[in-house]
Amino acid sequence: MYETAFTPWASLGGGVLIGLAAVLLMLVLGRVMGATGILAGVFAPASTYDFSWRAALLLGMITGPAVYWLATGAMPEVIVPASTPMLILGGLIVGVGVTYGSGCTSGHGVCGMARLSPRSIAATLTFMATTAVTVYVVRHVIGG
Amino acid sequence: MRFVLIYLIGVVFGTGIVLSGMANPAKVINFFDVAGSWDPSLAFVMGGALIVTAIGYRLVFGRKRPIFEGRFNLPTARNLDARLLGGSAVFGVGWGISGFCPGGALPALGTGKPEVFIFVAAMLAGIFGARYLQSLSRPSPKATT
Repeated sequence: MYETAFTPWASLGGGVLIGLAAVLLMLVLGRVMGATGILAGVFAPASTYDFSWRAALLLGMITGPAVYWLATGAMPEVIVPASTPMLILGGLIVGVGVTYGSGCTSGHGVCGMARLSPRSIAATLTFMATTAVTVYVVRHVIGG
Repeated sequence: MRFVLIYLIGVVFGTGIVLSGMANPAKVINFFDVAGSWDPSLAFVMGGALIVTAIGYRLVFGRKRPIFEGRFNLPTARNLDARLLGGSAVFGVGWGISGFCPGGALPALGTGKPEVFIFVAAMLAGIFGARYLQSLSRPSPKATT
């Protein structure tokens, strides 16, 4: 168990930027800002153009920590509590889940919910619930 | 020019993700650990992102079409099926174990931490493994959002 600081302003500001990016992508390309679909599309693009915009978007995302560093003088905190085998297991499960579930936190949780899509609302409620149960089991039942 | 603009949109997203704490598994897991070291910050991420997106989408959908494309390309499926709910339930288990969701992990690659690369590699294996399984059972796999 470890504490993390409550950061309402940074989190709200980050959320506003995430929303802004989602709106801008819809404005220029008419597409949903879903991390799952954008990533998977780079590895299986429909055309050169399709590959190019996805790659440009991903490169921009990866630049985020550098911008944060320039603005604050520190790299963003990335603390991974999971062991390497659990991280690999978690990654595999996430990949399978978002493929069958047609999206993740950004696609369903932000873009779909903002459009009041019933599928996205149902998906978001479902994964939030199973995430909470999993964290409870890992931390308080198995781990302790 | 177009790709520079799209790159900058990615920068806004990635900066927002790392500023918000979504790229930090410790913070994500603490958000869900109401029974332990609860950190409610991520509710503010979701709140901020949803308000801006809901209002912004409303304005954008007032246009006939996006700037660079002939039409909006939105997910059209409407049905709540076992695939959607089962997949989402499975995703939550992985998110709870690792603390990374796809949108949180991709910008975190920019920190250069090896754990993020391990997670993303495993996630890609999961995505393409699942796509392969889908291609066996279905002639045309549906696009993800």
